[in-house]
Amino acid sequence: MSWLTNFVRPKIRALVRKTEVPDNLWDTCPACSKMIFHRDLEAAQRVCPHCGHHMRLPAKRRLETLFDEGVYARIELPKVVADPLKFRDQKKYVDRLKAARDKTGEQDAILVAHGRIGGMSAVVAAFDFEFQGGSMGIAVGEGLVAAAKLAVLQQATLIVVPASGGARMQEGILSLMQMPRSVIAAEEVKEAGLPYIVLLTDPTTGGVSASFAMLGDIAIAEPGATIGFAGARVIEETIREKLPAGFQKAEYLLEHGMVDMVVHRHELRATLIRLIGLLTEPKPRAEIVAMPMPQLEIPDAKA
Amino acid sequence: MAHYLEFEKPIAELEGKIEELKRLTGDGTLNIADEVAKLQAKVDRQIRTVYGKLSAWQKVQVARHPERPHCKEFVAGLIDGFTPLAGDRLFADDAAIIGGIGRFRGQSVVVIGQEKGSDTESRIKHNFGMAKPEGYRKAQRLMALADRFSLPVISLIDTAGAYPGIDAEARGQAEAIAKTIEAGLRIKVPFVAAVLGEGGSGGAIAIASANKVLMLEHAVYSVISPEGCASILWRAADQAQVAAEALKLTAQDLLKLGVIDGIVAEPLGGAHRGKEETIAALGDAIAASLAEMKGIDGGVLRARRREKFLDMGRRGL
Repeated sequence: MSWLTNFVRPKIRALVRKTEVPDNLWDTCPACSKMIFHRDLEAAQRVCPHCGHHMRLPAKRRLETLFDEGVYARIELPKVVADPLKFRDQKKYVDRLKAARDKTGEQDAILVAHGRIGGMSAVVAAFDFEFQGGSMGIAVGEGLVAAAKLAVLQQATLIVVPASGGARMQEGILSLMQMPRSVIAAEEVKEAGLPYIVLLTDPTTGGVSASFAMLGDIAIAEPGATIGFAGARVIEETIREKLPAGFQKAEYLLEHGMVDMVVHRHELRATLIRLIGLLTEPKPRAEIVAMPMPQLEIPDAKA
Repeated sequence: MAHYLEFEKPIAELEGKIEELKRLTGDGTLNIADEVAKLQAKVDRQIRTVYGKLSAWQKVQVARHPERPHCKEFVAGLIDGFTPLAGDRLFADDAAIIGGIGRFRGQSVVVIGQEKGSDTESRIKHNFGMAKPEGYRKAQRLMALADRFSLPVISLIDTAGAYPGIDAEARGQAEAIAKTIEAGLRIKVPFVAAVLGEGGSGGAIAIASANKVLMLEHAVYSVISPEGCASILWRAADQAQVAAEALKLTAQDLLKLGVIDGIVAEPLGGAHRGKEETIAALGDAIAASLAEMKGIDGGVLRARRREKFLDMGRRGL
């Protein structure tokens, strides 16, 4: 052992490693296990080009994909009481929050932005699953209330995109209280005569599903998304049997009358533009009349 | 034979001694009145000590006590001429949520409540108080009925949670709960909710978006059961005691957090030691809450209800 082996060699190794191929250039589809080139996956909005599996889309990417030309303005979320219960499990909640903030660069699990979709005003509140599983605590509730207020102020459509396991347990009862609060937010938009559209993405469960998420004027689900109230494990433990295949998936909800449609991510923007137009512009604008109806092509999932 | 909780053991022992004394001297030859009185005083002291400083986990056990008065007993004690109304008009009648109309201290009211059942047969009938979508949809229907006839709504909450099952999910448990919260926030009549025992998560809040939310002194109200929380956050179900403490699920904590509006005192040793007293005390508290709202315009009641919930969580403990 010498100075050379202990110090110089690791340094050289570190230098060499940088020039090696980074292992994140290729992703593996969790559904079909095929390799996808990173850039291709991003270009496809994280839909597997092989099997059509919809992977989770980060909240920022979600905003980009929905607004015209990917242009939007985010609003700052209202300040809230951090850690109201002084909660501590195996870790302190404040530390968990800090870790989530460092990891995502966001203050909490929701992003609120406004802009235009098909030229029409829209406010989008997108959950960030990367932030504590998109769980709904006071900050998320405030985000939804703020998004609703903004939509009313701008006479805009409100689109909420949940991606959440449910309530933020570390905020105890106050996270449960976000259920009525988010319901009030949705109600304010409805009372103003504005469309309230919910885009259910993977996952939408627990207290999030049992509040604002199930109250959309229009409910759209992404293919394969898990949507439901009780977690699969809890149900299995209660009834002591295996759950049927496809249980609580978007297609299952469509079949059971719980959502209006299951829409491929590549068709989402076009669908939203059509819906918002139909709801808010009952007499179409001249240029729309002149245009032929766009042919909706659903990409073949099995291609 | 009374049911004693683990931490009630010293009380059980003393009460056992009293019973024994009474039995031994059943022939009346010995005067044991003094001895019994002394023991009884000791029991009272013991109960006062134990119940004066119940931990959160102990409260969870009291809230789940099998002899704790349940919804039906409150309805029987407080509502005259209670007329049950069944069904959601869509699928079924769910016995986990009972509802109907009757008179509360002379005033027509709509009552909605979760019933756990009190013996094996009735527990199965009421599905242990765990409602399915049809139960919540019945609640919505009754709220709409109350609204149409300007009747106050009284909801009584006692559930471990909404039923987690395939059928419940297939029929839209999430939607049913969401719509019930919405219905409760929408009505233009006085709405008082009371947590009798367990306020279990979404299953409870569904019928608790009220103007006034009351809790019995030893009731608990939480986003998740301490057991569920422990198994998720601690990855150990035996950490339920710690989780119960951390969740701040007692009536006393919730009042401080501004989540509930009032606590109804229970008799010494908990509601199961004085059912009638408990039922009367809750009746008084509900009457006081309704009196506060008397004469207030329905639209104002609705607006205040919303403001109350919107303000929640804007302050910490």
